[in-house]
Amino acid sequence: MEFYLTAIMLGLCLSAMSLGIFITMKIFNIPDITTDGSYTLGAVITAVMLTGHWHPAIIIPAVMVAGAIAGAITGLIHTQLKIEALLAGILVMTGLYSINLTILGRSNVPLLNVTTVFQVFHIFSNPVYNDAFVGLIFIIIIAAILAYVLMTDFGIAMRATGNSASMTRALGINNDRMKIIGLAIANALTALSGYLVAQYQNFTDINMGIGIVITGLGSVLIGDALIKWWNIRKVFAQLAIILIGSIIFQLVLAFTLSIGIDPNMLKLVTAVFVLIIVSIPRIKALAQS
Amino acid sequence: MIELQHITKVFNRRQSNEVTALNDVSLSVQKGEFVVVIGSNGSGKSTLFNVLAGAETATSGKVMIEGKDVTKLHEYKRSQWIARVFQNPLSGTAPELSIIDNFRLAALRTTQKKLMIGVNDAFKKMVRDKIATLGMGLENKIEQQMGSLSGGQRQALTLLMSVMDKTDILLLDEPTAALDPRSANTILQTADTLIKEYKLTAILITHNLKDAYQYGNRLVQMNEGKVLRDLDTSAKAALKQTDLFEWFS
Repeated sequence: MEFYLTAIMLGLCLSAMSLGIFITMKIFNIPDITTDGSYTLGAVITAVMLTGHWHPAIIIPAVMVAGAIAGAITGLIHTQLKIEALLAGILVMTGLYSINLTILGRSNVPLLNVTTVFQVFHIFSNPVYNDAFVGLIFIIIIAAILAYVLMTDFGIAMRATGNSASMTRALGINNDRMKIIGLAIANALTALSGYLVAQYQNFTDINMGIGIVITGLGSVLIGDALIKWWNIRKVFAQLAIILIGSIIFQLVLAFTLSIGIDPNMLKLVTAVFVLIIVSIPRIKALAQS
Repeated sequence: MIELQHITKVFNRRQSNEVTALNDVSLSVQKGEFVVVIGSNGSGKSTLFNVLAGAETATSGKVMIEGKDVTKLHEYKRSQWIARVFQNPLSGTAPELSIIDNFRLAALRTTQKKLMIGVNDAFKKMVRDKIATLGMGLENKIEQQMGSLSGGQRQALTLLMSVMDKTDILLLDEPTAALDPRSANTILQTADTLIKEYKLTAILITHNLKDAYQYGNRLVQMNEGKVLRDLDTSAKAALKQTDLFEWFS
């Protein structure tokens, strides 16, 4: 039971990133690899500031701004230098590795004798419930803010940009600027996941971001399948489903580990799992013909 | 209202496949004119539109709107004067957004899209009333996705969207090319009504000579990147439909 609770917790912490990937993937159709770097960036800044005895609440804006800058750089490279979004993301991610290592100073920093965001609030005496509660409240606030933004006039413009670029240009929207802002928001959210996970697992590792974008993609794809299945139109509900997708993804991974798969195989399992999800529509089409 | 001065547009410059799409074209359109542009494929009609709307930059020449030099202005900035209806019904709307969200953006064409909820009950009622004037029964479907509608319905809504905000110039780029004859008729009649009602300056590109004869108060024929004929209101009124067909035979 504890095992699955940990998976749910991890899913919650990673769902901020899933919301970010929802923006880049579903709104702008960009597979944003910057995620791998900005996730670690969030965790690295969290580690350095926590060990420097900063309050966890003050670390939040620092982490988000750093993530936003990383995303904006990818956006600038993509829109101004006209470089494929995928390559732009890879370039920034690669560069971030050195930056992360420089900030962290070494490859692994434990966060044991510090006050994390999960300890700031004492609602339940049982730390497992307390972690879950703090994580849940945190994510609900983030999702609510994002849902509000997406429902505003600005949010409609952002959603339209990824949907019909010719229309938005004709309606006075600067598509390039919109993409840069979208990537900035997405990576700010991703960095937040790094912030949460570092504090939840009590350490930051320079390699913790490797392949994390696949986890995010898988979560969004699961959520998207549910959104289509239930034909959900309200932005609010769509974001809620993405959170659920994130948790389902972690539960599936936990299940595969529980049936005795070697933990070293975890990345392979993740990759195959996501491959299966993306190829379901194609397999279905093949089966019908 | 619109001044195109000595516009030349060359594609693939200094390459073996160099094409001169517009060759020293000058055209001035007065406020309230409804210009119909005809011409065979490759005559430069669409390039003329794109240069005017800002989707293409002219190789040389000047574009003026309301006395302002807009030659170097981005397409999204020229939207403060220009509303467009595209040939492809898909281009003018966002299919995954609801009808009401599409209209909200159209209503903000010339202004900032702020971090405020703009789709409220008053706005919905206003849009519903406007859509009802089309008589297509779409006024009760404003929460539906734009993509669920037919090409004709989408094109009709795009037209209506173009007058949601302050509009000076309406560009119609073969708006009926992808539609069946009946829908095409409805669309052009709606356009004609809106142009008169809102006193718009409009330019319509069409391949349909019957439409070119029926609509507008000025007729321009393009050929090989130049203006071949330019008929003002009285000349167009004196024109017979058979004359038009002869131009192209």
